[in-house]
Amino acid sequence: MPSLKDLKNRIESVKSTRKITKAMQMVAAAKLRRAQEAAEAARPYAERMTAVVSGLAASVAGSEGAPRLLAGTGADRVHLLVVMTSERGLCGGFNTVIVRLARARITELLAAGKTVKILTVGKKGREQLKRDYGQYFVGHVDLSEVKRIGYDTAQGIARDILARFAATEFDVATIFYNRFQSVISQIPTAQQIIPAVFDSGAEASTLYDYEPSEEGILADLLPRSVATQIFTALLENAASEQGARMSAMDNATRNAGDMINKLTIVYNRSRQAAITKELIEIISGAEAL
Amino acid sequence: MADTMQFDLVSPERRLASVQAREVRIPGAEGDLTAMPGHAPMITTLRPGILTVVSAEGSTDYAVTGGFAEIAGDSVSVLAERSLPTAEVTQEVYNTMVAEARQQHASAREEAGEEAVEAAAKLLADMMAMGTHIGLDPNQASL
Repeated sequence: MPSLKDLKNRIESVKSTRKITKAMQMVAAAKLRRAQEAAEAARPYAERMTAVVSGLAASVAGSEGAPRLLAGTGADRVHLLVVMTSERGLCGGFNTVIVRLARARITELLAAGKTVKILTVGKKGREQLKRDYGQYFVGHVDLSEVKRIGYDTAQGIARDILARFAATEFDVATIFYNRFQSVISQIPTAQQIIPAVFDSGAEASTLYDYEPSEEGILADLLPRSVATQIFTALLENAASEQGARMSAMDNATRNAGDMINKLTIVYNRSRQAAITKELIEIISGAEAL
Repeated sequence: MADTMQFDLVSPERRLASVQAREVRIPGAEGDLTAMPGHAPMITTLRPGILTVVSAEGSTDYAVTGGFAEIAGDSVSVLAERSLPTAEVTQEVYNTMVAEARQQHASAREEAGEEAVEAAAKLLADMMAMGTHIGLDPNQASL
């Protein structure tokens, strides 16, 4: 049985923990709103880009001059996995679900005898993957200095990936990130970016005149499309991270509240027990006289 | 036929403009062009330059670099990697843009083939021309 003083200290400590988690939840809520706005603002560009590129891709696909970013290298041997996670912890299962998805893919690829290369974005995923798959790491993008994710950030990553592709370091690139659905639900997603895949539903838009040629435009747009996809993924990821943190901190705050209630009951009971005990001692002492 | 069309200018980070426009002058990769309502559908890539939108309220200039324009009969959408109202393009902003183009030119010369160098040189030249057009000094930008 802990002493009354111990209980009191414990209640105080849980109370201050609750204050911290509450504050973190509110900060996450504010950041979430900003992240959601950013993701929202980026949507028109990404949608239009995908629409145009997939229209072009459908009309060029299969022809001889199709760019490598679209047609691929013709092989399917080396896979580059870009795993996007957060820089900070305390965000529930956010990082774990991405890593689990990536892990499953890695195991699958290795079992099929492919070569795997991993590029990590964000510290947390790197830490989790390091122990098992550290030997496959080819690079890391540190975002801890980045206050607000801008298009330049995505462009930097895209440039890195495209340079590796140009140097034929890999055949297929896939990005792993959390798609933001709602505050309580984020969906880990794997998306292949090189060679580009589009819904086969997109019809060839022969409607348009192209200046310069279709191939010329496509060659210009495909690298941009890669950057745009990465940008979208980064923004979705940022919003998901804040959402996950918000609900994790909400849970923690509620837990702390429950704990305080329980501890307070124990504290009151033992206080009463101590008083009763003292009374009995006094009374029985008096009777003995 | 309607005398206006929907014009959208979007950059990856935000939507810069969405107005009813009477005409849009676009710096296309193979030459400037003006799109008016009813223009034949086309898609063109952009070179760095000034994009002018003429709407009922008057005309607005934007400095754009990289991207493409999609022209349909009743709408024009410009997707530019970077775009700013010309008023916001200060010497400082412009300097960084030119410096980037210069750097790209330099690195293209080292690594990539003839074609890339030419493309980068063209980009740089377009960038210079754009500066002169706005009234900024491209030579100051030799950071």
